[in-house]
Amino acid sequence: MAQTAKKLPRKKYAMFFILIGAVCSAVGALLVFSEYGGLPLYSKKVYDLPWYILIVGVLVLFYGIYQRTANRRLGEEVSFSGGSAKSFFLKYALIFALLVLVIVVICIEPAFLKLDVMFDILAQSSIKLIIALGICFTLLIAGTDLSAGRMVGLAAVISASMLQKPTYASRFFPNLPQVPVILPILLAVLACMCFGTLNGFLVAKFGMHPFIATLATQVIIYGACSLYFDMPPNNSQPIGGVRQDFQDLAQFKLFGRISILVPIALGVTLIIWFVLNKTVFGKNVYAIGGNTEAAVVSGVNVFRTIMGIFILASALSGFGGVLEAARTAGATNNYGTGYELDAIAACSVGGVSLAGGVGKVSGIVVGVLIFTVIQYGLQFIGVSPMWQQIIKGIIIAVAVAIDLSKYHKK
Amino acid sequence: MSEYVLEMEHISKSFPGVQALQDVSLKVKPGSVHALVGENGAGKSTLMKCLFGIYIKDSGEIRLGGKRVEITNSKQALDLGISMIHQEQHPIRFRPVMENIWLGRFPKRGIAVDKKAMIQKTRRLFEEVGLDIDPEVPAGTLSPSNLQLVEIAKAASYHSKVIIMDEPTSSLTENETEHLFQIIRKLQAHGCAVIYISHKMEEILQISDEVTIMRDGKYVGTWPAAELTTDEIIRQMVGRELTNRFPPKDTAPGQEVVLEVKDLCSPLPRSFQHVSFQLHRGEILGIGGLVGAQRTELVEAIFGLRSIASGEVIKDHKKFSVQSVDDAKRHGLALLTEERRATGIFGILSVLDNTVIANQRRYSRHGVLNDARRAQDAKEITEQLNVKTPSLDEQMQYLSGGNQQKVLIGRWLLTDPDILILDEPTRGIDVGAKYEIYCIMLDLVKKGKSILMVSSEMPELLGMADRIMVMCEGRVTGILDRKEADQVSIMQLATQYRK
Repeated sequence: MAQTAKKLPRKKYAMFFILIGAVCSAVGALLVFSEYGGLPLYSKKVYDLPWYILIVGVLVLFYGIYQRTANRRLGEEVSFSGGSAKSFFLKYALIFALLVLVIVVICIEPAFLKLDVMFDILAQSSIKLIIALGICFTLLIAGTDLSAGRMVGLAAVISASMLQKPTYASRFFPNLPQVPVILPILLAVLACMCFGTLNGFLVAKFGMHPFIATLATQVIIYGACSLYFDMPPNNSQPIGGVRQDFQDLAQFKLFGRISILVPIALGVTLIIWFVLNKTVFGKNVYAIGGNTEAAVVSGVNVFRTIMGIFILASALSGFGGVLEAARTAGATNNYGTGYELDAIAACSVGGVSLAGGVGKVSGIVVGVLIFTVIQYGLQFIGVSPMWQQIIKGIIIAVAVAIDLSKYHKK
Repeated sequence: MSEYVLEMEHISKSFPGVQALQDVSLKVKPGSVHALVGENGAGKSTLMKCLFGIYIKDSGEIRLGGKRVEITNSKQALDLGISMIHQEQHPIRFRPVMENIWLGRFPKRGIAVDKKAMIQKTRRLFEEVGLDIDPEVPAGTLSPSNLQLVEIAKAASYHSKVIIMDEPTSSLTENETEHLFQIIRKLQAHGCAVIYISHKMEEILQISDEVTIMRDGKYVGTWPAAELTTDEIIRQMVGRELTNRFPPKDTAPGQEVVLEVKDLCSPLPRSFQHVSFQLHRGEILGIGGLVGAQRTELVEAIFGLRSIASGEVIKDHKKFSVQSVDDAKRHGLALLTEERRATGIFGILSVLDNTVIANQRRYSRHGVLNDARRAQDAKEITEQLNVKTPSLDEQMQYLSGGNQQKVLIGRWLLTDPDILILDEPTRGIDVGAKYEIYCIMLDLVKKGKSILMVSSEMPELLGMADRIMVMCEGRVTGILDRKEADQVSIMQLATQYRK
């Protein structure tokens, strides 16, 4: 198979996208405004399809403009290396599969096209994404964090227990005054970070495999959380009556439609992207994951980096737990059960290698979104939860198999 | 101020059950190239790892510029002005070359890594040492020799007082070695001292100012290189007179063709193409060439490890296609791979397991192994090949390279092959063990077996092979008879690049 790299002038390439983007935006905008003008040019049967056309159009347009203006930085020519259709398909197989699934869902149930569905999916992905972004650090050094789910539960219980309405009958701390929202949140995250420190210490100091170190911590956290949860007068009753200002942290809706969780998750994603790609810490994470020995002899402080990884992961899990409590306006000690496995699955599907050293933030975002879209879509068309499980499992296996096939070359 | 930039005195280091270093001393003058030689297992690498903070010495003293230092980790060593090029290259494969170089000391702007500065610094560094590599390509895409040169550039970039080079030329071609020597001379001119570990005597005599010889974890002595000859070094290394590096070759190949390869092509355009040759009974056919000549790829394809686009392999006048290693074994082929550590030995398994692993089927009945027969065969073959090991239960990783290689030969002899393919059979093996392996090879061809030997060492090709096939860029550029071959003619063929 000859590897001919096709080349195309970047100007032409950019114009192509600008044209398509412009046409889509124009059509989308026309259709959208036609409705507000009282003369809808399209049938209500397609719901918010014009909006999607508009959004995709604008995105493509921006991409085209970016390509056009970044001429110098990216080079005058675009080359399509290994430009066979097969490798292209393999590279984006997940996206194609997702598109097919979405189209099938839409055909069965066109209401899936509502914009609110998308906002819902984004909101549901947010907390999962925050947890997955924490776990990805541990995966990048060929480790894992099994304690993440229990940390979610711990942070949820701690924060909810201190942020109940004064009028609520069965308060966790009957005599606790109304503290600023930030205090219990910080406390909850700090508690998780303590356990994160324990994780890091076990791994970095004793060279324990993260699988077993975090398994031990997971069990300890659940025990500790249950003890706390069982304290009188609560005695293992689900915590409710959560203050409105705390609830707003996750339930507030921007423009009345978009959950506040979406911009929060976006912010966390940007920060993590920066940390991974632009800081010494992030580069050291990749280095340790790629080859610990080389990192050691290059003078990287492996101990500190591993500590940092687990503490950061625990902080994000804790933050996710706080948001989970706020979103559901309550907490029990069983919150977060199994979240770590969902997060690991999402990372793997998004191209993070469990062998360490390989993984991108964009992949994790896609991985998390894929899971939510599939779950939401299957629910939407009434597929039974049992079948959903089977489909989810198949997707994990197939997605990772496809991802690995990129590396298997003889 | 001391006359020496580095003094290591009375260094001892032991591992459980082994006294690796015993009262070893090494003194290096500033701006000199100091060669450190000794057989494998003599303790050269251990000594250097003590200096670089990978191991911590049990006793003894290290002085840098006359000042006593205690080195407990690599970062400290680097800060003190000691850098090291490691024997085995394990780059962080998925990360850019430049990140591999500046790892541990990334240029920063605020809290962020300054990517632009990193690219510039890498470019400048590569310019200085004369390398033409894009700083942003993943390190895993570089060839082994380029990786080695990058590693050398990295060591130079620390502006160290002392650079340790542990077998820097093991994956370099002659041209690249010459390039390395130029870099070394540049470093020397800047007052940097180089500790140079190598098995290649010619190189040592060419580049070094002083030579320190070690044997069995002990210090033998230090001499100016000008006073030494190859034979003298070898004599001191092994502690005995070694009149010949090769056993007398008293075998003659038969007429019968046991293996014929016809117009074999790899599916990859830059790998081997249109390769044809014949191997006779009782013949040692050497395959020479520079790194990147695709010799390993060729023999692995014959052995069924790589796919073939076209061409035939004919064994005993029958065409056969090898789909898997299992096939190859059944057809009487055996392959000792090039990378002993990576693809040869099972380090934490016992010598016994390592010996019989390619032949398990023969010891099993309904899937249950017969331990007694396994042990007996392993015992016989290891004794026959003179493997030195405390017992068959010893972990393979604790054997010296030469003994590991003998175990691997034994492993394949147990499968009773007609044709042995040996890929760099003596790489990283000390002189004494090499000799033994050569004797084993001659023994085998006397018994009517045939050997295909890939080797990058020209004396080895000239000393052992009946005929030498030379490759360049995946093509066969010539097959020389033992009598007409010499270093010059091989080199000419090996560098016959396409215009």
